Amino acid sequence: MNTTDPYAGERLQESPFHPRLQALNIRNAWASWNGYKFAEYYYDAEYEYFCVRNSCGTYDISPMQKYEISGPDAEAMLNRMVTRDVAKIKLNRVAYCVWCTDEGRMIDDGTIFKLSSDKFMLTCGSPCSAWLEKSVFGFDGVKVADVTDNLAALSVQGPTSCAVLKNMGLIGIDAAKRFDIMRFPFHGDTLMVSRTGFTGDLGYELWIRPALALELWDELYAAGADYGIQPYGEVATNMARLEAAFIMPAMEFNEALRTVHFEHDQTPFELNLGWLVDFDKPHFSGRSALLREKKRGSQYALTKLDIEGNKPAEGSYIYKNKRCTRKIGYVTSAMWSPAVKANIALAMIRTEHLQGQLWAEIYYEKELRQYSRVARCTRKEKPFWAPARARVTPPPDY
Amino acid sequence: MNNYDAIIIGAGHNGLTNAAYLAKAGLNVVVLEKNDYIGGAAVSRELHEGWIYSSCSYVCSMMRQALHRDLDLSRHGLLLVPYLGTINFGDGGERLFSYHDGEAARLELKRHSPHDADAMFRFRADLTRYSLLIRKTLLRTPPDPTSFRPRDIHELLFLARQFWALGEKQIYEYVRFFTMSAAEYLEDYFENDLIKAAMASPGIIGTALGVYSPGSSYILLHHVMGDVDGSIGAWGLARGGMGAISDAIANALKEHGGEIRTGAGVQKVLVNNRKAVGVVLENGDQIGAGIVVSNLDARRTFTRIMDRNDLPDGIFEKAVNFKIRGSSGKVNIALSGMPKFTHVPENRYIARGGQGFAGSLETMERAYDCWKRGRWSDDPFIESVIPSAWDPTVAPPGKHWMSNFVQYCPPELADGPWTPEKRDQFGQTVVDKIERYSPGFKDLIVHMEVRTPHEIEQEIGLTEGNIFQGELTVDQLLFNRPFPGYAQYRMPGKKLYMCGS
Amino acid sequence: MKRYDSIIIGAGHNGLVCAAYLARSGQRLVVLEASETAGGLGASREFHPGFHVSVAHTINHFSRKIASDLKLASYGFEASPKLLPTVGLSVDTKHVVLHQDAISGTSARDSESYHDYARLMMRFAGLLRPFWLKTMPRIGNNSLAELMTFAHAGLNLRRLGKNDMREFLRVVSLPARDLMDEYFDSEPLKALLSWDGLVGSKLAPRSPNGAVLTMLYRMSGESKGAHVIPTGGVKSLIESLMTSAATAGAEIRSSAEVDRILIEGGGAGLVARGVRLIDGETIEADRVISAIDPQRTFLDLVGVEVLDIGFTNRIRRLRCDGYVAKLHLALNGLPEFDGLGRPDGRMIIAPDMDAIEYAFDDAKYGECPQNPVMEIVLPSVHDASVAPTGRHVLSAHVMYVPYRMKGGWTNAARDLICERAIDTIARYAPRIREHIEHRELLTPMDLEQIFRVTGGHWHHTEFAMDQLLMMRPTYEAAQYRTPIPGLFLCGAGCHPGGGLMGGAGHNAAVEILR
Repeated sequence: MNTTDPYAGERLQESPFHPRLQALNIRNAWASWNGYKFAEYYYDAEYEYFCVRNSCGTYDISPMQKYEISGPDAEAMLNRMVTRDVAKIKLNRVAYCVWCTDEGRMIDDGTIFKLSSDKFMLTCGSPCSAWLEKSVFGFDGVKVADVTDNLAALSVQGPTSCAVLKNMGLIGIDAAKRFDIMRFPFHGDTLMVSRTGFTGDLGYELWIRPALALELWDELYAAGADYGIQPYGEVATNMARLEAAFIMPAMEFNEALRTVHFEHDQTPFELNLGWLVDFDKPHFSGRSALLREKKRGSQYALTKLDIEGNKPAEGSYIYKNKRCTRKIGYVTSAMWSPAVKANIALAMIRTEHLQGQLWAEIYYEKELRQYSRVARCTRKEKPFWAPARARVTPPPDY
Repeated sequence: MNNYDAIIIGAGHNGLTNAAYLAKAGLNVVVLEKNDYIGGAAVSRELHEGWIYSSCSYVCSMMRQALHRDLDLSRHGLLLVPYLGTINFGDGGERLFSYHDGEAARLELKRHSPHDADAMFRFRADLTRYSLLIRKTLLRTPPDPTSFRPRDIHELLFLARQFWALGEKQIYEYVRFFTMSAAEYLEDYFENDLIKAAMASPGIIGTALGVYSPGSSYILLHHVMGDVDGSIGAWGLARGGMGAISDAIANALKEHGGEIRTGAGVQKVLVNNRKAVGVVLENGDQIGAGIVVSNLDARRTFTRIMDRNDLPDGIFEKAVNFKIRGSSGKVNIALSGMPKFTHVPENRYIARGGQGFAGSLETMERAYDCWKRGRWSDDPFIESVIPSAWDPTVAPPGKHWMSNFVQYCPPELADGPWTPEKRDQFGQTVVDKIERYSPGFKDLIVHMEVRTPHEIEQEIGLTEGNIFQGELTVDQLLFNRPFPGYAQYRMPGKKLYMCGS
Repeated sequence: MKRYDSIIIGAGHNGLVCAAYLARSGQRLVVLEASETAGGLGASREFHPGFHVSVAHTINHFSRKIASDLKLASYGFEASPKLLPTVGLSVDTKHVVLHQDAISGTSARDSESYHDYARLMMRFAGLLRPFWLKTMPRIGNNSLAELMTFAHAGLNLRRLGKNDMREFLRVVSLPARDLMDEYFDSEPLKALLSWDGLVGSKLAPRSPNGAVLTMLYRMSGESKGAHVIPTGGVKSLIESLMTSAATAGAEIRSSAEVDRILIEGGGAGLVARGVRLIDGETIEADRVISAIDPQRTFLDLVGVEVLDIGFTNRIRRLRCDGYVAKLHLALNGLPEFDGLGRPDGRMIIAPDMDAIEYAFDDAKYGECPQNPVMEIVLPSVHDASVAPTGRHVLSAHVMYVPYRMKGGWTNAARDLICERAIDTIARYAPRIREHIEHRELLTPMDLEQIFRVTGGHWHHTEFAMDQLLMMRPTYEAAQYRTPIPGLFLCGAGCHPGGGLMGGAGHNAAVEILR
């Protein structure tokens, strides 16, 4: 620790992009993520959100935890840790995964990048070193390295994102399919680009050595100037991901290893992530418990709700009846969606009541007076926002 | 012979609390204290002009919020401030700062070990879970497992249900936590030696166990359960020193009509027809009462102030066997300025007043080995607090007061009894160790008071100077505390109760 | 390729007990032993030409029920040999001798206390006895039948009466030292009596949680805590078990080291299908039963890739470090112990509880004890066949010798502890060195290598409260079944533990046949 700064230990780390972020953060609205200083928003959250939906936004994901897992048994080690079949991930592809305790409770979710036959990168929202240490035990040839601080990462999301990257000179990027990884020479080093993101829209994530982070930023912003490029922060991210019905830790799920109360954590089935659990692959941690749950049925199901009215149902209970006497669930995230013009929410609802009519009791405030309203909820099967361009290759011109 | 509804022997904080509750309930109560000041170990005294020493206890962690509210202690002048910042010093010169703020704490841990920074989340969640379970049991009168009385059976079922509800994995982890050594328990979480030492050290204070002793990890929990301002694990300092707690409770007691007599040592509990009827004071006065409550430890109560003939068979022997082992020393120091520690930035958030000189688990265990051999270690574990860093009332402006709790210090030395010279040598060992981390520390010393278990016992009557009035080991907790069959605060001999710790 | 009903890995006494029961029930089975001889820590080894010894040098609580079920008497196992006196050696030759109910060499007051103490402890031991030959219920399983074990124990606890029950609940977690201080004045007696609570464990007299249970475990045996050497030595137990199993049709293969337990995976889930030997041979069976320690079983033979991560972590965290070294001396004559007649007892060298404590203090930091404490027997006094005529074998459990030596085990370190041990013996048998023809000291690390038992630990894993009963070795595997269908455990790492009792082998067989 630098002892010349008496507060060094208390200050947040700064991302490699920080000098640029600092300049753009007009409102000085900073939060923290994994010990990094991290923008809540830069100028106006809703404006940033519309950049993501309308043109192109960049989101600093350097604070995301990144682990490099290498060695002849790296694939076997990961395959035993996550519920998806890692053997099916092709070279230079990315897969969204979850991993669980023996009891089948979700520890975290993240993505696995297959970089070579014996080298993978695991990314996740929270630190995972302690669980990785336990997971790697017994796989003697496997090395796990925390590369969070060695890799700057920037998410570029929105309809013009592909055009911006092309304009920046990343020739062939439009050929990248969803979850593809491509590499480009960049100032004598390599720029890794994956077609991934957390907005449910067309988007890419850029991975670069920290020393080249500012060069990358500057070239990207130069290339994007005519394409409406803007940084966006946590608030806009949260809006976009909710429209895409993506889950967020501490909102939709409580990380199992940090959970105090019995079964206050969740299982992949409860979170609608059953499609990530592959019972035909080699053994993985939590398999028996998850198999039991699959046979017996889950207690809760994460449900997408379209709620009447325009008052966000944040923190609401979900009831079986309009009189609100039979509580059957609770809202995890809710907002008014500016893009789809709907009052949307994700809610955990007891599976046995899923089929019936659902009611939310919404509390809201008008000039310090508290009001409540009971609103009818409609279950949605599909994400609220799922544009075709997010899946099409090459992506259409915006 | 004047008569009261209840006599409480000993004006320690538990005695005062008990008296205050009884007085609040309308009883006519008197507290008898042998010293000319109240508070027992929770005391503030001006031992050097201008400096207020909390000469015995120095932090409070386990005081229940219900007590604070029931006795309206805020109105009676009590302010507890969370005690947040500790600097832990490692054997090799490393420093580990602790922060209340989660992100700052994590960054600091990450500086030592990214793995441990992550593991801390699980450690805290697990400890909180155990702590919640224990809290559910701590506030209840422990059941007697041998009884068929409905209340006892109900209580046992309650405890069993609480336990069963944890599920098989939690029970397994709970048993591990309950029975393992702190050192072995911490293995599953942490890799860094200084972090482990910092986690283990609070658990060992006041006990006659080492961090390698089975059962020591459970004691760690006992210290993490305090509830200052509702946050589990927060320790608190009382504005005005620990005596402020005793004073506030005493004020509450007086407001409810209770009486406190200092300089009134009890010589004997009067028993008539197997029923406690009063006490005889050392000056020969007799005081009668409907009930007698002893705030003294079990061994003192039954071997000093009770007549052996008044006790049921076997109680005297049980009292003799009741384990009370002194293991801690205290060095109180008045300083002419704030000490500076090597490689510690002068940062008011870091220097909020706490220092832990644990070194490593092995250093702590070796200090314990010395205690077993009837001597003190040259490299003891010291937990220090400088309350004056934030409490303006305990030292003159710009000056400071430092409390040093030293683990371990034997109640008896292998080479003969404690003497003032040996006591001072012990104090010197402590000062020498601090000087290693804070060159120039010695020059700041204005006044110093050294207390070995010998002094603590002499002055405030804690047998062997044990701060818990008895070892907190499984054989002496809950229904086994103080003796099996007598855990329900009701003591052998009718109308005699106990209220100590 | 032959197909078996069961494969048992390891021909230690528990493996053999399990094999004998299963074979008698008609199972086709093979026992695979990695060494040349069966018996594990009970096997007889020639450590010097003509001199034989087994690591376990006495028998303390081999189950009489198992012996009679398996008809061991008819295969040469002496069921009720005479009990060895236990002798606390004293430099001033005032040895404390315990023999059956008699005590000598101590004050009248202590003798009287001893009888009170022994009576109470025997009552407590009786309380635990019903647990040993039973499978522990799985936590969370509320089936009445399973909980009966506890209900039964609870009832027995009640039958003790209120006072003894309270005393039991208090005493059970006490450190040996506190218990002894409550009863006795004599330091040698206290040390002697605490020995059985400490030997083989990572416990010293001041350590809470474990010593009393370990003591009661031994006292709950058939000989009430006393030790015996049957005619034919400890090896006669192993031989009779082998004969019993073989007679019932079990095949016992030595020098057949298992390299891997074969687990089939896939959509239907895991199942154990057989084993592969180090020479590549595969043997298939409906089930595989491991009598070897849990860490070796799961981490080496099964492999972590088919185990859940939390379970793997629990197995990895099992505390398996042994703290006992084995000293073997080939002697050219019968040594004389000062003030003692024929050395036909079990002799304890531990002058007081501090001596034990301090020996432990050295070992807990991975150092050699300055003054080791130990238990000595001379098996040749009871069984002349273990040494050439007129010569003798001295066998000693030397405590505390760390498995993990600071800086690693070297010959120099081994010699140092060997010298210290012999010096210690010489204080009681001054002419011992003149008799020594050959000496051998096996550290826990050596025991691990020779006998393939993790940590060189007698009980495969420590006897600690969190590793006992329905948590031994972990809660997922405490009923002899494991998370992998078709794979069972039957070794000392399961309830009730090791120490030549046979309980684990018996209980596993009962579970498998259920």
